[in-house]
Amino acid sequence: MIKLGVNGKEVTLDLDPETPLLWALRDELRLTGTKFGCGVAQCGACTVMLDGMPRRSCVTPIGSIDGSEVTTIEGMEGPEIEAVQAAWAALDVPQCGWCQSGQVMSATALLQLVSNPTDEDIDNAMNGNVCRCATYVRIRQAIHDAAKTLEG
Amino acid sequence: MTHVSPQLSRRGFLAGTAGFTLALTLPLGGARAQSAAASGSAPFAPNAFVRIASDDTVTVMIKHLEMGQGPYTGLATLVAEELDADWSQMRAEGAPGNDALYANLLFGAQGTGGSTAMANSYMQMRKAGAAARAMLVEAAAAEWGVPAEEITVSAGKVAHPSGKSSGFGALAATAAGMAVPEDPPVKDPKDFVLIGTDRPKLDSVAKANGTAGFTMDVYREGMLTVVVARAPKFGAKLRSVDDAAALQVKGVEMVREISSGVAVYATGTFAALKGRDALVLEWDESGAETRSSAQMLQDLSDAAKAGGAMVEEAGDAGAIDGAAEVLEAEFRFPYLAHAPMEPLDAVIETKEGKAEMWFGSQFPSFDKPTAAGVLGMKPEDVQINVLLAGGSFGRRAQGSAHLAKEVAEVAKAAGRDGVFKLVWTREDDLQGGYYRPATVHRLRAGIDAEGRIVGWENAVANQSIMAGTPMEGMMQNGLDPTSYEGSNDLPYDVGARRITWARVDSPVPVLWWRSVGHTHTAYAVEVFLDEVLEKAGKDPVQGRLDLMLPEATRQRAVLEKVAEIANWSGRRAEGKGYGVALAKSFGTYVAQILEVEDRNGFPHVTQVWCAVDCGVAVNPNVIRAQMEGGIGYALGTALFNEITLGEGGGVEQHNFDGYRMLRISEMPKVEVAILQSGEDPTGVGEPGVPPLAPALANAWRALTGQTVHQLPFSTLTA
Repeated sequence: MIKLGVNGKEVTLDLDPETPLLWALRDELRLTGTKFGCGVAQCGACTVMLDGMPRRSCVTPIGSIDGSEVTTIEGMEGPEIEAVQAAWAALDVPQCGWCQSGQVMSATALLQLVSNPTDEDIDNAMNGNVCRCATYVRIRQAIHDAAKTLEG
Repeated sequence: MTHVSPQLSRRGFLAGTAGFTLALTLPLGGARAQSAAASGSAPFAPNAFVRIASDDTVTVMIKHLEMGQGPYTGLATLVAEELDADWSQMRAEGAPGNDALYANLLFGAQGTGGSTAMANSYMQMRKAGAAARAMLVEAAAAEWGVPAEEITVSAGKVAHPSGKSSGFGALAATAAGMAVPEDPPVKDPKDFVLIGTDRPKLDSVAKANGTAGFTMDVYREGMLTVVVARAPKFGAKLRSVDDAAALQVKGVEMVREISSGVAVYATGTFAALKGRDALVLEWDESGAETRSSAQMLQDLSDAAKAGGAMVEEAGDAGAIDGAAEVLEAEFRFPYLAHAPMEPLDAVIETKEGKAEMWFGSQFPSFDKPTAAGVLGMKPEDVQINVLLAGGSFGRRAQGSAHLAKEVAEVAKAAGRDGVFKLVWTREDDLQGGYYRPATVHRLRAGIDAEGRIVGWENAVANQSIMAGTPMEGMMQNGLDPTSYEGSNDLPYDVGARRITWARVDSPVPVLWWRSVGHTHTAYAVEVFLDEVLEKAGKDPVQGRLDLMLPEATRQRAVLEKVAEIANWSGRRAEGKGYGVALAKSFGTYVAQILEVEDRNGFPHVTQVWCAVDCGVAVNPNVIRAQMEGGIGYALGTALFNEITLGEGGGVEQHNFDGYRMLRISEMPKVEVAILQSGEDPTGVGEPGVPPLAPALANAWRALTGQTVHQLPFSTLTA
């Protein structure tokens, strides 16, 4: 039995401890905003917050994070995610949309750490998130716009 | 292009307390709707494009797969325009598989491809909106006792000078009783309110907050997740399977043999994967492709050298041999995987002789009968619910319907009714074939003493995409145009021409890949042309303009436009190279100029300028997005991507570590200019791709003197 806090609720998982967090979230808890893209931490589509820091859920066995707090895109709150999602909608960032939960999670994590990121900060924070539709021009702009919103 | 005008002849509004639904019967030889439900609101007709609810929302059933290219927004815009709706009341929903009603009017069957969604829907969706508007007006006239001619509709409000006004929802029930206009008039384009202006996409919010529903997000009671162990080499056959260890894995419920391999059924994805890993399989490789891709490229080169079927022939065959100067070049293109971010997946539920499917079906017209055939059902007993797709780039556009076939086999092999979700992993995707065909082009050109091109030859060799699939009927005289499109019908006067195509078969399955033949033909033509122009002492832009045929007015216009926005004649920065390329694909004209730097012998692209003419620009926001995305997709591919078969025929790439995607730090700035046009709209999903790689190669050659004859660029530093 593995206990996790997920989006503020305690959950108990009766699963193989090797089960990646990604599949526990999706198959067991039906939190489908977190996406499968590669399974080997190469694309970032599965990004969640683990104890407040971005983590690739596809390579995180649940047995290794017993007792941790997990936040998925469904459970994110606060000014940063609100600013990011508003900028994403205003610029129509998504195309196919599959990678965008992970992009939004990584962008939010960046803005939580760096309030006014440079292009280089964005490259460093977002380089692990692949977008096959190559919406990168708008992702970059949306992060800058969200930072401006947060500045007030 | 010619419009296919829908006939609004069938009484298609069905009354309902919640609103009304407009159905249009299309001229498809008497084809009739089947009983599939169009949406959750079951009482309404299945064969509908427009649904108006009592809360004023207008939902447009989108007959084309939304895979990121924008049809939800684009087709809804057409309806909203003629309906005089307010954009905020518009919604979009994927139409189910139903050939009779949702056919692509250019294909005569339901399917999305060839960047045709906007082109074939332009008049059909406008008529659908206009018909609904006319019926709302009739309803208001009846309810208010006023002449219909005095009623206006604007931004979602129906109004009369007397002061009466109403939203759409309150009129819906009455409107449902009105006769469907036979051929409702549509607006003069000068009266467009929505078409031609930017507005928010209908699916952006749900895709930014994780609530957009894709195939992999479907969970149904009692569902088993299924993964399939497929042959390690193309054409290998299963010899034996030992599933004892797999069945010991907690959660694994069954293992079954199907035609594509061995299917493992489990209560969750991880258990299915673990079960698959535990299978002990032996394969018979006697019929497998065992050549390496290096050998295959050599074989393609030899085939191109030997010639092939004549695609285009004009002028004196000896023109090149008699020229003052002769140039030759060979270009080699690898296999490419599409690698959509959501790998292939599909859900099927079988129940008492019927089946229901949920997936990003790109060709429902092939998928439905294929699944029905496997299951021994009539096509009308198979319902396809078309969901959002997490990218496709051609991967889901399967003439062979192999995904529908596989998931249907999974359901059949289970031996009982049930719900099954088939999931491909990234490794399955990259190693599973259906690649852009590896291709070789061999070109020759002759230049006379004045620097004029007097002859042009291009010998193309590759595998046919259509041959061996239900698409084979579209081949003419043994020619598959998708193999060489873009190498013929050049917009340039290049003197005598001989274009040939050599078909070379292989067990490696191939498929269209975003912009299909143009992925390689634009590169071969535009890079070789650049070399020829240089030899003739011409500027790349002016040289192209000088060669342009008189009828190539739209090519000329995009080339002049891109040269203008890039300041081609004035922009030259230290340490940077500039290149240009032009391609017409799928009826859309795109020219790009690219700026590149040399970073340790490898290109880094800093900026791309793009001019596009796609006829009427229905939604400039979506057009710019598709140009930006096409540029990034093509750039990552040109720089890094090849699927290679090693000695013995095994695919060498497994995941995104070996098949590297473009990342944000590698994405250039992009500036897009959309040409004003009154021509019928064409597509934008694919046409942003073809000019990018040749523009990159031309910029790189301008900077370094090095012509890249083999893609990807990463082979430079290998």
